[in-house]
Formats: sequence, C-alpha cells, structure tokens
Amino acid sequence: MKIRTGGLTKHQLGYILIAPSLLLIAFVSLYPFLTTIWYSFHSMRLNLPNAAQPFVGFKNYSLLIGSERFLNSIGLTFLFASTFVAIQLVFGLFIALVLNLNFVGRAFVRASILIPWAMALVITALLWQWMYNAVFGVVNAMLLQTGIIKTPIDWLGASASSAYFAVMIVDVWRNTPFMAIIILAGLQSIPTELYEAATIDGAGRVQCFFAITLPQLKHAILVALLFRSIDAFRAFDILYVLTQGGPGTSTEIGSLFAYRMLFQFLDFGRGSAATVMLALFTTILSIAYIRTIRVED
Amino acid sequence: MSYQKRSAWRKRFTPINILIVFFTIFFVVYFVFPFYWQLTTSLRTPANLTAIPPQLFPNPLYFTRYIHIFAETAFPLNVRNSLITSSATTITCLAFSVLSSYSIARLKVPGHRAILIGVLVVSMLPAVAIVGPLYLSFRRLSLINTLPGLIIAYTAFFLPFTMWFLTSFFKTIPPDLEEAATIDGCTPLQALFRIIIPLSAPAVFTIAMLVFIFSWNEFLFAFTFTTSDSIRTYPVGLIMFRGLWNVPWGDLSAASTVVTVPIVIIVLAAQRYVIQGLTAGAVKG
Repeated sequence: MKIRTGGLTKHQLGYILIAPSLLLIAFVSLYPFLTTIWYSFHSMRLNLPNAAQPFVGFKNYSLLIGSERFLNSIGLTFLFASTFVAIQLVFGLFIALVLNLNFVGRAFVRASILIPWAMALVITALLWQWMYNAVFGVVNAMLLQTGIIKTPIDWLGASASSAYFAVMIVDVWRNTPFMAIIILAGLQSIPTELYEAATIDGAGRVQCFFAITLPQLKHAILVALLFRSIDAFRAFDILYVLTQGGPGTSTEIGSLFAYRMLFQFLDFGRGSAATVMLALFTTILSIAYIRTIRVED
Repeated sequence: MSYQKRSAWRKRFTPINILIVFFTIFFVVYFVFPFYWQLTTSLRTPANLTAIPPQLFPNPLYFTRYIHIFAETAFPLNVRNSLITSSATTITCLAFSVLSSYSIARLKVPGHRAILIGVLVVSMLPAVAIVGPLYLSFRRLSLINTLPGLIIAYTAFFLPFTMWFLTSFFKTIPPDLEEAATIDGCTPLQALFRIIIPLSAPAVFTIAMLVFIFSWNEFLFAFTFTTSDSIRTYPVGLIMFRGLWNVPWGDLSAASTVVTVPIVIIVLAAQRYVIQGLTAGAVKG
C-alpha cells in the first residue's frame, strides 16, 4: 500500500514530527545536564568572573566526599527518602484498600485525598510553616489542649529530631495520596475470581489479603516505590521553603546543598559535582523503574 | 432483635471494622484539615489571627485581606503571569507531543523505543542538575526574567510526560480507521488530525489539565529565572511576601486560597481524569 506523504517517506515524516520535541528536550534538559558534568570537572567560581576556569579532574568530587556537610546532605537524602516513602507505602496501602471497598462516603474519602496533591508545594510549605508556628500555630494549640505536650515546641527550629518529624508529617501528607492512587489502580486490576475461589476454599479476609492481594499488588507497589523514591531524591521545594535546611544543616538534603553551592556560593564546579552525584542515584532508580514498567514495543 | 439480625450487627461492628473506620476518619481529617486551616486563617480578624489558642471556627469573618492583596500587592500581577505561563505551556506542550507521539506510536520512526526511554530518563534527572547551566544559557539568550523563557523550560520539562501518555493512548486506538482513511487518500497528517486527535479527546483533556497544574505550581525554575515582580509567577511572589522578620500569615493564606481553590475545584470535578492521568503516567508510562 502506498501512503501519500507529499514526497516524504513515512519515516522522514516521522522524524520531522518528532524533531521539535526532541530538540527542545535536548536544549532545555540534556544539554544543560551534559554541561553540568563538564563543569563538575572544572574550577568555576562565578563570584570571581575573571578567574580562569581550569580543568581540575576529580578535585571537586574529592573535596565533596571529604566534606562533612555534603556527606550529611546525602545521608539525609537517603534517610528522608527511605523513611518517608516507607510510611507513605503503609498509609497508601491502607487508604487504597479502604477506597476499594463499597461504603457510604467513599466518594468523599477519595476526594479528600486529592486535596494535598492539588496544592502547590510552595503553598504546602508556607501553610505548614504557619501551622507549626511556635506561638500561634494550630499544631501546638492542639497538642497543648489534649495534654500531649506541656509547653509549646518550635517544631521547625528546636532540634534536628523535631524538624525531621515535622518535615515527615508534611511529606507524608503531600505524597501518600499518590501512593494510594497507584496502589488502588493495582487493586482494581486483581481478578475477582481469585477471591471467589479462595472464599469457597474457606479463606478468611486476612488470609485472602496475604495470599492474594499482596502478591498481586507486587508490581504496582514496586512501581509506586520507585517512582516516589526518584521524586524523593529530586525533592526541593518543600524543604527550601519550610526549613531552608535548618536548624543548622539538619534538614539540608542533597538538592538543597547543591542549589546553595550553585546559587549562593556561586561555586559552579563543586555545585555541579554534587548534582552529578545526585543524578547518578536518580538515574539508577529510573533505569530500575523503566525495567519495571516494561516498555512494550 | 432476632438472632440473625444480631449476628449481622456483630459482624459489621467487629473490632477490626471499627479500627478501619477510625483510621479512615483520621486520614480524611489529616488530608483536609490544612486546607480548612488555610481558608479560615485568611478569614480571621487580625486580633483572631494571633489568638491563643486559635478559634476553630473564626468569628467574625474578615474579608479585607482579599481586597488588600489584589489592590495593594504584586499578587494580581503574579497570578496573571502564572496564567499566561501555564496556558502557553499547556498549548505548546500538547502541540509538540501530539506530533511526536503520533510519530512514535504510528509512524514508528527507527529507534522510537530508545527515544521514549531516553526522554524519560532525562526527565527524571533532578532539577538542580539542570538549573545551573540552563541559567547561563538563558542569560546568553536574554531569556532570564522573561515569560517566554519560563514557557520554553516548562514545555520541555513536561513534554516527556505528555509524550509517554499520548503515545500509549494512541496505541490503544485501532489502526483500521486510519488504514481505511489512507486508502481513501488521506495523508498521515490528515489521519492524525481527522481521526486520531478527535478520538483522543479524553486523553488530551487529561494531560492538558495535568500540565496546566504542574506548571501552575512550579517553583524552582521560576524562582531562579525571574527577578522582577512584573515577571514573577505566584509561587515566587508568595515567597517574596514573606518578610525577614514579619510574616504576613493572613495575607499569605488569602493569596494561597485564591490560587488553590480553583485548582481544587478542577481536580475534584475531574477526579476520574486526574486519577487516570496519574496512574497511567506512572504505571504504564
């Protein structure tokens, strides 16, 4: 069969149609990233505009690996990513199981979980900052009135552990809904015959959950975990607004550290090296992710 | 009560069911309460804003902040910039990805699978790994502190998502229709515009909405690339509201409410599409 394409072959037309998208992605994402790698091997102090920018090999990397602040930021990135995502998984699984039941008010519950997701991250951070306010905040007011605490706590500033806890509550608030939605989609694709057969065989609810639901959900859970972990490594907005990495550097995750190196200290060499190391982690995770979702032809 | 009724009653109120109801209520309150608090903070009188403990239901209601932020701050300008940026990003993103997804799904250019995977890997790089050199490129091209600069950057960031989403949707459309049209003398582009796009209306609507929301809420690039009130989008504008010592929490919550409520309404009204979009974006890719 002959296809009329105005003198072009099918593939030539295909390349013309895909070119604008690829050029744009290349210009805005790929080229800057390759440049970042290039910068990471050079000394680049933008606050000294006339200084030479010599090739320094792995010096930026070795300086970072010897820097306590950088190691702290990578450690925090891993700590936050693993613990927050784990909690989101447990909560998300619970909510997905509830939303998969038939009950009065299900639509209301489903609507409520979409609200955190609809808010901008900046607004989320500002709002929680207000709720955590040491003097006028509603969090302290509630905890004081129920007698859980005796004196107000400056959640975001008092100590590393109070800030960690406060950030966790915000991150879980924001990202659990996504987890729930992905797991719910997995739940809805489990064939009901499996449950019918198990019930005939006399299996109870708990047995069904461990013998059917969890194994069938393995794929959806893995996808959600990887997707959320990638996002956790890229997180920036909430912490930048909520704690600015503080108190001290106790919530300064990798992306915050790198951003400061770049735009506060204007050290593009070392800042770039830090982001390349972060990108290494996200790329490993995204390759695992792509293998999991199995791109079909 | 008959024995049967009583046992049905007992079955419903098992300890485990009560726990489930308890936790469900807990989560609903957890997810909704901050939004409620934002809304009511904006409506508290200045005296009530600093009341200890704060009132759960503010009384009397105070609307002056909404007038103040629109009349006396850069907020309306910032919202206008956000509207322009998000709308333009949505349109360009859709236009580009309709063409490229058609090219991948139907014309099957050699290497389309590698292209799709490569685009996805690039899109998952951390933003901080891109923002530095992109800043320098944009400075050379005089795109810093311009709305077109933001629109170009956002379009590129959200293109991988829209390309994946549309490609997988196009693949679900049976090819028979286009084949018939091609036999009747339709060119591939005519087939795309007359057959594929009309059939893809729900998918196009879903990604248009999601891209609009993504760009409406974007912060890092807007924060780095804009320097004046006349160009800033609202997330950056809100950060600028925050003084060094004195944070105007009332004004901030009023402004936040103004930019959040429309999105919440859209998301709730179109929740089926939002959920499909997020799921397909993550699971099917």
